[in-house]
Amino acid sequence: MEQKSNGLMGWIDARYPATKTWEKHLAKYYTPKNFNFWYFFGSLAFMVLVIQILSGVFLTMFYKPDTALAFQSVEMGIMRDVEWGWLIRYFHSTGASAFFIVVYLHMFRALIYGSYKKPRELIWIFGMLIFLALMAEGFMGYLLPWGQMSFWGAQVIINLVSAIPFVGEGLSTWVRGDFVIGDATLNRFFSLHVAAIPLILVGLIFAHIVALHEVGSNNPDGVEIKKNKDENGIPKDGIPFHPYYSVKDIVGVVVFLMFFSIVVFFMPEMFGYFIEHANFEPANPLKTPEHIAPVWYFTPYYSILRAVPSIAGSAFPGVIAMGASIVILFFLPWLDRNPVKSIRYRAGWYKILIAIFVVTFIILGILGTLSPTDGRTLLAQICTVYYFAFFLLMPFYTKLEKNKPVPERTT
Amino acid sequence: MSADAVSNSKRRFLVAATSVVGAVGAGFVAVPFVKSWNPSAKALAAGVPVLADISKLEEGQMITVEWRGKPVYILKRTDENLKVLESDVDMLADVNSDSSKQPEYCKNIARSYDSHKKISVMEGVCTHLGCAPKYVPDLNNPFAGSLGSDWKGGFFCPCHGSIYDLSGRVYKSMPAPTNLPVPMHMFKSDTVILIGQDGSNA
Repeated sequence: MEQKSNGLMGWIDARYPATKTWEKHLAKYYTPKNFNFWYFFGSLAFMVLVIQILSGVFLTMFYKPDTALAFQSVEMGIMRDVEWGWLIRYFHSTGASAFFIVVYLHMFRALIYGSYKKPRELIWIFGMLIFLALMAEGFMGYLLPWGQMSFWGAQVIINLVSAIPFVGEGLSTWVRGDFVIGDATLNRFFSLHVAAIPLILVGLIFAHIVALHEVGSNNPDGVEIKKNKDENGIPKDGIPFHPYYSVKDIVGVVVFLMFFSIVVFFMPEMFGYFIEHANFEPANPLKTPEHIAPVWYFTPYYSILRAVPSIAGSAFPGVIAMGASIVILFFLPWLDRNPVKSIRYRAGWYKILIAIFVVTFIILGILGTLSPTDGRTLLAQICTVYYFAFFLLMPFYTKLEKNKPVPERTT
Repeated sequence: MSADAVSNSKRRFLVAATSVVGAVGAGFVAVPFVKSWNPSAKALAAGVPVLADISKLEEGQMITVEWRGKPVYILKRTDENLKVLESDVDMLADVNSDSSKQPEYCKNIARSYDSHKKISVMEGVCTHLGCAPKYVPDLNNPFAGSLGSDWKGGFFCPCHGSIYDLSGRVYKSMPAPTNLPVPMHMFKSDTVILIGQDGSNA
């Protein structure tokens, strides 16, 4: 074996690519120098993942996945009897919502700067798979405290499966492991929530970052910095991720943790949005709460589900629409035909379309938390139509855009 | 063929054959894992019929009993209620319960035994997404705003606003596609119902 350098690192590097990995992904990973506010959310998502794993591992030590014990083990055990248990739980419950806030902002960044476009399609697809895994993780985790909203939320969502023609009924019984949501369901959700899905998540995040570091980061100008390299082969508009962005991201982390702490210590339920009030009552299979709404991060899709009326005696079309609203995002790299990546150099009216999209998405989210009335259903239907039109008409309208000249270098 | 020459076609065959056998093996091994998610023997055994005593049930009252973990509503209707069942047909999606689930003996307007017309037995499971609809006999309740002032009594699902009449028949253009299911049941006597088992024509 030949050692390139002496000392401990030399000994390790001859056996394991420690320095090589450090340089490839941090010290010599060249990142565009013009990152702005929107580029905080990738590293923040990673930090929230760490918070969730750490707090989750500790919650698992005190939680009992049994319908007779689960509610007590959370509300009595963790929240009152275990020293600092309440804090660990609020880290975890706030972290769940924070994860979605950060990920939605991260996705919005990709949308406005065209980070999903060639050659970053796979980064986007891995990201979407992470989003799906995250939704599964959130959904299954929400059942575990075994409160009223845990039970009835899961009841509604698992019954979506039974709307599938022919096989739905059997499939939903298979998922529940019983004719109703019960002990079998709770136990398998626990297993999936603490073992299977986190493993999948970590694997997908690994692939997401490997793909990113292969092609390099996009930036707010949407220009490829690798096209302009100096004599050493280093992009002229690139700076090493470490220390430049590791230090910048620490600022983001500090600001994020300020907001995170405010929620954890002063408003852990976030007025019923992060932990719904009905969940402080143990699950009762015989009594539906007066008002059922999913946790806020699912409400836009839930609104789309409700907006579609049942056709020919089947609730299936609504289920399809809800599924399609997420599946369609996977195709974004091929729906957008405009070669220009960044919104900065795209047509002014495209910015307006995106702004309306954001507004409709938020309206759908708000409507999903409210009980349906005729007027609200109509509004949800209008927003649903816009949601789908925004994506499905993209191949046509993005060709009509009059772009501004894109600079050669970052600005 | 010399000893060290590579035969690509043989290699391809062996790789393909190994892959196919491996995939079949993986498929067989998946069966126990998939099947482990089916209801366990204990869960299946819990589906036994239950008895309900309705001797204290007054007209206009409803009780809920649990069968297979689901709420089963037992509602005693008034004569007036039964009249409404004849007149509300224009508002209903499945008047004759053709596409709904009920035993043959309850496939009628009252969705009950002819001998005990006032007693309605139905699963309190909304056919949309499985919430338990609320029994709303009159407008003295939090949902009055959703029901309209000529409300004659029925069920309102708080999850997505589906409305059913007093025999569990769903209104038109509701999220719920079909009427509330009626479980198998039989009258042991005038005051005792067995839910989960059919009788001879009682």
